[in-house]
Amino acid sequence: MSEALNIIQDPTLTYRQELIALARLGESTDDSLRYSDAYYEAKAKGALCDLNEGIMPYRPRYICPDYDLLFEKGCKFLDLEPPTDLLEAVNVLEIFYCHVPSITTYPVYVGDLDRLLEPFVIKEDRAYAKKVLGLFLRNIDRVQTDSFVHADIGPADSVTARILLELTEEMQLAIPNITLRYDPDITSDDFALACVRCMLKTAKPSFANHGMFRSEWGDRYAIASCYNGLTIGGGGYTLPRMRLYECSLNAKSPEDFLENELPRHIDLQLEYMDKRVKFIVEQSTFFKDNFLVTEGFVRQENFTGMFGVVGLAECCNHLLGIKDVHHGFGLNPEATELGIRIMEAIEKRVSEHEAPYCDAFGHRYRLHAQVGIDTDGMDDSPGTRIPIGAEPDMLSQLEVNEKFHRFFPTGTGDIFKFEETWTKTPEAVLSIIKGSLAKGLRYFSGYLENNDVVRVTGYLVKKSEIEKLRQKKQSLNNVTVFGMGAQDGGHALDRRVQEFGA
Amino acid sequence: MVIIMKLAPVNKIIPFSNVDGPGNRTAVFFQGCTFDCKFCHNPETINMCIGCSECVSKCPAGALSCQSVESARAAADERSADSSTDSCKSPGADAGMLSNRRGSIIWDSTKCVQCDTCIRVCQSNASPRIRYMSVPDLIAEIRRTAPYIQGITVSGGECTLQNDFLIDLFSAVRALQDSPRLTCLLDSNGSFDFEADPRILEVSEGVMLDVKAVGKEWSRRLIGDPGDLVLKNLDYLLKAEKLQEVRTVIIPGRDTENEETVRYTASKIGNACDYRIIRYRPFGVRENFQKELGEDETPEEYAMKFVELAKQYGAGRAYLV
Ligand code: SF4
Ligand code: SF4
Ligand code: SF4
Ligand code: SF4
Repeated sequence: MSEALNIIQDPTLTYRQELIALARLGESTDDSLRYSDAYYEAKAKGALCDLNEGIMPYRPRYICPDYDLLFEKGCKFLDLEPPTDLLEAVNVLEIFYCHVPSITTYPVYVGDLDRLLEPFVIKEDRAYAKKVLGLFLRNIDRVQTDSFVHADIGPADSVTARILLELTEEMQLAIPNITLRYDPDITSDDFALACVRCMLKTAKPSFANHGMFRSEWGDRYAIASCYNGLTIGGGGYTLPRMRLYECSLNAKSPEDFLENELPRHIDLQLEYMDKRVKFIVEQSTFFKDNFLVTEGFVRQENFTGMFGVVGLAECCNHLLGIKDVHHGFGLNPEATELGIRIMEAIEKRVSEHEAPYCDAFGHRYRLHAQVGIDTDGMDDSPGTRIPIGAEPDMLSQLEVNEKFHRFFPTGTGDIFKFEETWTKTPEAVLSIIKGSLAKGLRYFSGYLENNDVVRVTGYLVKKSEIEKLRQKKQSLNNVTVFGMGAQDGGHALDRRVQEFGA
Repeated sequence: MVIIMKLAPVNKIIPFSNVDGPGNRTAVFFQGCTFDCKFCHNPETINMCIGCSECVSKCPAGALSCQSVESARAAADERSADSSTDSCKSPGADAGMLSNRRGSIIWDSTKCVQCDTCIRVCQSNASPRIRYMSVPDLIAEIRRTAPYIQGITVSGGECTLQNDFLIDLFSAVRALQDSPRLTCLLDSNGSFDFEADPRILEVSEGVMLDVKAVGKEWSRRLIGDPGDLVLKNLDYLLKAEKLQEVRTVIIPGRDTENEETVRYTASKIGNACDYRIIRYRPFGVRENFQKELGEDETPEEYAMKFVELAKQYGAGRAYLV
């Protein structure tokens, strides 16, 4: 049976999902973008992974359009005037989203919704505004059917943000993902507590360390996809990842790894990124004539490459001969220290590399802690996380995270699963979040163990939708299938529950 | 001169607790209690280990072993010799802690698999899984949690058995630099005479007090003590404005006793503090007492009646847990 026929006959795929799968298949018929033999060898061994980005990139992976510009000037290509009221504003956005490409074909950043919509919302009666925003969220959930669709709110409180939180609770939707940019000087406790309550009921928003992101990206940064920091009016070209465990398999010792295998694989991944970035900029038409570029919604110089890593824990444990994860990375200071040395080495080597077409970032790529994909199984834990099932108490887990988050301007994060009693004490949860962000955590996600909407590794899925797939029914959300893979292979939903006092 | 560091028996430290006072708190549970409540969920915290070694051979993980008093003392001396000396006392001050035991049980926390077998076999309502810790030991733990918490709560057993140690601990917490101002709360059963020795209150934000039983007979039966001091403390702490909250456990089917306790307590505290009405839960309660008090938890509706009663008698801040 041909691969195309497989796709066409798969009962769990919706029409749109078939279309995307077939496009991917079509893209793979041209392999004129070539890499070195050493790259292919590393890829075949599973040490490097292209995250199925497709071998002929025809758009950057992640695009973060400047929605302020859209509201200011409208869009000629789509024949949209600047909106004058709330209804027009959400209509303009809904239309525009359908024309924002990405690796998933859905927009991974739908804007700072509170800031964008607030001027329109406050002119309306609150109940009416809530009704319109409810329909807007429903539109996003049913049209942009992918959990990597991401909206940002904060750091300041607003009527719009409050309504969005209320609706998020009431509607229990997996899409869009939401991040609160948290800044202790700007975000009021009252607003942050509303976000905590919402997070415990719906697994969102997550909390981003505003000060940290701002110091790296400036004021106008977006949190896109799972937790990707990027520039508004720019984005990320490509995101391959080093599977660090597999990279370490041929190393004879930690020193051998740091001196030989690690730099060798870093260079191969850089080679891959350079070629792809050049191809996207020089060969594909995106940066030449896509309306997003020609009308200034994104600028090529605001893009960078995202250098991904996954499986640091397993890498360290392997290099130190640690078999039992309960005494390994994150729980064993020696393994954690080695992890820091490895990350420092990666950071240094990547920052010494002159990257093409990354003008706004000093011609440098930026690191990303990739959360794993459904087929990774238990070999590579997300980014620099402690393996699921071996997580220590929450305090220790946070302390380990705080050592690693600084390495990843293009995103990292960890997820904490809370037990029911914490819903009664949101201020206690907030206190943990505040403390960890102040201590250098970049990104905090939490959810309640009994919810339907749960956070798998970075994205949200509904447990009830995973059930549908198991029964060979279709799920509208493209990502549900990844959630099922991560649950089956990576036990992603079995992470340690934060009991009252653990 | 040998300097002995003041040490206290710690049963457990919970770095993040959301049920031991306002916000997120680090809770330190000390071993040993002055009462013997029938509904106690953690009866293994009531007594100090007598060193009978019954549990040692039962431990499936080989985490327990015996040690003589002399070597235990020597180990403690060694520890204090290389720690800082800011809360040290001359020898003898804490010797009682070790000398009342025939031998000492050593617990290796790295081997322990938390199966609770030792606690089940112990006939003395004790636990071998405790650590003797100094104030600097505890401060080292609190330094770690400080950025994430509003404060610490000391609990038990009955924490006030360690009164002098607690005064040092709270003073040290208050003196902690470069961390947010942490509050220090006591979770007490009210068996310590705060009026006679109010020093601890001077370094504490207040007491979370259990008023378990009003009425001598019921009190004697439920907690093994007539409870006079508890009620005296209720008055005194109210007057001293050091009452953080009061808790009463509602026992299923004990209408008269529950009513008397709630009525008395509610009319005393008024709106001065929270009044937590807690449902009896059989989880962890000793079997014979489960038979006596009930094998099911107090129904919510039943407990709610006492929340209403408390409000009726003036405790505006009564709520159900
Ligand atoms: S882990 Fe990273 S690369 Fe993967 S979907 Fe999330 S943001 Fe994108
Ligand atoms: S804990 Fe109990 S059983 Fe074990 S030695 Fe001490 S008194 Fe005996
Ligand atoms: S709880 Fe620990 S010390 Fe007690 S019996 Fe089990 S393994 Fe041994
Ligand atoms: S006062 Fe507390 S610890 Fe002591 S016996 Fe009663 S319930 Fe148990």
